[in-house]
Amino acid sequence: MTDYEIEEHEYDVLVIGAGGAGLRAAIESLAFGCSTAIVCKSLFGKAHTVMAEGGMAAAMGNVYEEDNWKVHFRDTMRGGKMLNNWRMAQIHAQEAPDRVLELEEWGALFDRTEDGLILQRDFGGHKYARLAHVGDSTGLEMLRTEQQKAASLGIKVFSECTINRLMVDKKTNSISGALGYWREKGNLIKFKAKAIIIATGGLGKMYAITSNSWEGTGDGHAMAMMAGAEMVDMEFVQFHPTGMVWPPSVKGILVTEGVRGDGGTLRNSTDKRFMFNYIPEMFASETASTEDEADSWYEDHSLGRRTPDLLPRDEVARAINSEVKAGRGSPHGGVFLDIASRRSPEYIQKRLPSMYHQFKQLAGVDITKEPMEVGPTCHYAMGGIKVNAETAQSSVNGLFAAGEVAGGLHGANRLGGNSLSDLVVFGRRAGKGAADYAKNTESFLPIDQIEIDKAIQNMMMPFDNSNGENPYTIHKELQDSMQKLAGIIRTEEELVQMLSKVEDLKKKMLSVTVEGNRWFNPGWHLALDLEFMLTNAESLVRAAIERKESRGGHTRDDYPEASKKFGEINFIIKQVNGSIKVEPRQSDSMPDELAELFKDK
Amino acid sequence: MVSQNTQTESLFNRYAKTLRKDRWWLEPLLVGVGLFIFVMYSTVSAALLGNYWPYEIGPYVSPFFEPLFYTDILPKWVSPAIFILWAPLSFRMTCYYYRRAYYRSYFLSPPACAVQEPADSYSGESTVPLVVQNIHRFSMYGALIFVPILWNGAIRSFYWDGEIGIGIGSVLLLINAFLLSGYTFGCHSFRHLIGGGLNSFTGSKYQLFRKKIWNIVTVINSHHKYWAWSSLIVVGLSDLYVHMVASEWITDINTWNSFF
Amino acid sequence: MPLVDLKVWRGDDNGEYISYLVEYDEGEVILDVVHRLQSTDAQDLAVRWNCKAGKCGSCSAEVNGKPSLMCMQRMVNFTPGEEIIISPMKTFPLIKDLVTDVSWNYENARKVPAFSPKKVDTDGKHRMQQVDIERGQEFHQCIECYLCQDVCHVIRDHPENKDNFVGPRFFVQIASVNMHPLESASQKPSALYGFGLDYCNITKCCTEVCPAGIKITDNAIIPLKERLVDDKYDPVRWLGRIISKGKSGK
Repeated sequence: MTDYEIEEHEYDVLVIGAGGAGLRAAIESLAFGCSTAIVCKSLFGKAHTVMAEGGMAAAMGNVYEEDNWKVHFRDTMRGGKMLNNWRMAQIHAQEAPDRVLELEEWGALFDRTEDGLILQRDFGGHKYARLAHVGDSTGLEMLRTEQQKAASLGIKVFSECTINRLMVDKKTNSISGALGYWREKGNLIKFKAKAIIIATGGLGKMYAITSNSWEGTGDGHAMAMMAGAEMVDMEFVQFHPTGMVWPPSVKGILVTEGVRGDGGTLRNSTDKRFMFNYIPEMFASETASTEDEADSWYEDHSLGRRTPDLLPRDEVARAINSEVKAGRGSPHGGVFLDIASRRSPEYIQKRLPSMYHQFKQLAGVDITKEPMEVGPTCHYAMGGIKVNAETAQSSVNGLFAAGEVAGGLHGANRLGGNSLSDLVVFGRRAGKGAADYAKNTESFLPIDQIEIDKAIQNMMMPFDNSNGENPYTIHKELQDSMQKLAGIIRTEEELVQMLSKVEDLKKKMLSVTVEGNRWFNPGWHLALDLEFMLTNAESLVRAAIERKESRGGHTRDDYPEASKKFGEINFIIKQVNGSIKVEPRQSDSMPDELAELFKDK
Repeated sequence: MVSQNTQTESLFNRYAKTLRKDRWWLEPLLVGVGLFIFVMYSTVSAALLGNYWPYEIGPYVSPFFEPLFYTDILPKWVSPAIFILWAPLSFRMTCYYYRRAYYRSYFLSPPACAVQEPADSYSGESTVPLVVQNIHRFSMYGALIFVPILWNGAIRSFYWDGEIGIGIGSVLLLINAFLLSGYTFGCHSFRHLIGGGLNSFTGSKYQLFRKKIWNIVTVINSHHKYWAWSSLIVVGLSDLYVHMVASEWITDINTWNSFF
Repeated sequence: MPLVDLKVWRGDDNGEYISYLVEYDEGEVILDVVHRLQSTDAQDLAVRWNCKAGKCGSCSAEVNGKPSLMCMQRMVNFTPGEEIIISPMKTFPLIKDLVTDVSWNYENARKVPAFSPKKVDTDGKHRMQQVDIERGQEFHQCIECYLCQDVCHVIRDHPENKDNFVGPRFFVQIASVNMHPLESASQKPSALYGFGLDYCNITKCCTEVCPAGIKITDNAIIPLKERLVDDKYDPVRWLGRIISKGKSGK
């Protein structure tokens, strides 16, 4: 084979991903005196963290003094349907307030209370107003603050550089480095590292309708698993019920729940408020049964029961799905979300300014005059790399993970606002964990040249192939079939069908062919990401087949109820001899003093 | 589905002067012509003609000559306006809005956004002569003095021959004083003095008061361009009007019947 | 579906504009059409993008000569068959197609003085009022698309100034640190020198192109220039300093 020139670097700690978690990890690792570098696929500062709007959950008690970490812990566990790693949930609830204050110390400007403290807002599933926020651009504030902190510390950043393989010393099951390529020229780059922190974010790009950007291909999930790490809870994917479906340019972009909270209702093509047909028994006693009752609830909560438009996210998403399947959808395959006919233009613009601008600028839709078209959109992966709650280390020595790519904290379903705090709480933990690990590691482990050669051959394959399909076509096929067969509502039959589709696409991937050369070639980049997306799709589908119940972000039409048995089991996904295996594992039980918190109603 | 147009166009230069297709040249052109007309008119009216063209009549004094300087000791060809005009002239010349306007229209630096600037080198206001623009703070203090003077002139113009009244001239002078105030108190430099220099507005009641004023100044300042143009046009018109009435070319409509 | 005549810069500095007829839907934006082109006739077309909602600032380019985000340019604003010229940002060295080397911006980011906050109150918390943070929050809306840097003639037409001028984006950042309600070092005027503030001739193109709607010139650059004037060119302050010096001299 051809000899390729490889640029080489050595760092105590290498962080893959420059979002909220990766940056926080790098800052921490550097603070412990480790040589640290960040590698990221996009330009520095473009991570998907900037899209987070609502805020970061932290029981600071600035608005409600009664709030404390125990209440936050309890909310998080209940939101995750008790499948969460309890220790992670505990750490998260305990440390989040300090992380918020730390961001402020670094220059973040959170909205204020009248006393001049950080203001906190209400959100679904949180008992008290708890989300520290900056208008509706909290993620941008967090990322920019961390980015400037990192820049002032002089942390080395390899931007527009993609890691393609993690290198593991097989004898000791320890990380030794990573191989990647510069997007700009396609040149290869090799890192020797004592510890690696994966902070690559989500995997939503395997779905056709997603709020994730092109980067959300789940590289970190797949590379860690290929390196031997255990994954957990991969079947749980959060579909947000209201994403934009039209125009095509904005398909999947979120429409905040606040639209419904402020009086908006869902309607089908016959102009019927269909949610009244989808009230599950479990919620029947607390949900309005007529439109009049729902409308009077908006006026005064004591005048009626809650509108079914505000049922839990999975219920609403399922209802929308059914309406569309029954042929009562909107012209572009969603349903209508109407606030224009129900509230005055002034009210809408005052309460929902960013939604107003989002639709006005991107869709040319004036939401004060016409209804929006919305449908469920893939939003967040609850599952990911299984990590130790204290150190964020995975089952591979020296391999750490933080942020969306790590699993455990959110269980079966994530509460809004818990993501941003997750990033900094466990980003910091991973940074410290990796630094400790690196300091106790005397020398860099050798990287197996055979593995490097194999990886390079794999990377160059799309140029050597001919007459294969182009990567865009394969990607689209994956997205469309995942959307159809492993989306929000799942059945055994469709999941099995999806599994064979994945096998089929894997074969196509082997002959994927790209045009041009390695010089900033998005076609080639996508061809290399396909492997990760297909690996993750397979993990997800295999785990989803095993979980024969409906819980949180996993809804099975053939097993519509939650089962007690599965309520105590997490599925561990790992690669054994090149094939993906799923095994049930009993969840850890929490100590009595924490279990106590769930006893009263 | 998609057909490729194989006819390719090789451009010698990657960029022409600009690839903009809109009428980007219209604004700098209009601004350039407008400023030129005003400068020519005011030079002729205030500096050259000076004592040769009457600038006061009845209760009206042209704003170019307000306050009145009776300069018998000076030769007739020295216009009394030169004792006044330095202030508005230097204030407007160094104003952040006018700088934008004439840099674009006359210096073509740049003529419009994303349109190439013809000059080979550029050092902005970092070197002589343009570093002089920093006297804007001085000239703002100067301009502040003239605000009450022009209000005085405007109010005086409602009183003639022992009688309170009103005429087109007095209305014009009043509007002039109003617009000039809006222009002066909306100035970026003034905005800075009022509150822009503070980092916190809530340390004391005094700071909170400054914040309130700063908010008002900020609103006025956001329309600085319109204050700049409207006050410029009206001051020119007021001057012309007073001259024309004083020269008996037209008759002022007012409640006093006649100034003669 | 209607067609649009997309004229896209292909290649590096020695490249050329190539015309493609591409189908589009009225509901799409330029970036969608570029993506369609990429998945069909120009698979190796280099273009940056991330969020597609005007929030990340990745897809900066020049559409018909105007610096703009491709994800915010809606096709309804063009007529079917119209020629649309898409060029990479001119101010930065071209890598390939629509992708430029923006590393100069990241070098500047490291020059900007870091934020150094006042001490916390005795209970470990900082206190600021909403009215105090609103000015900074405007600056924090910056999505780092670098369109303001691209359009700024100081460097666009005179690249030699890049050594002495950090550009509008970093004036915004300097302002955000310098005017931060908790900033402890902001009273040091030295924090304002060395960034090329005096190269700016306030022609306001940065404000015109800013997709985040930040009033860069009025709220960041001019106030910084005025803080510099406080230090150097204000006659009243000169007098004040002479008097206080005289007093302390006795």
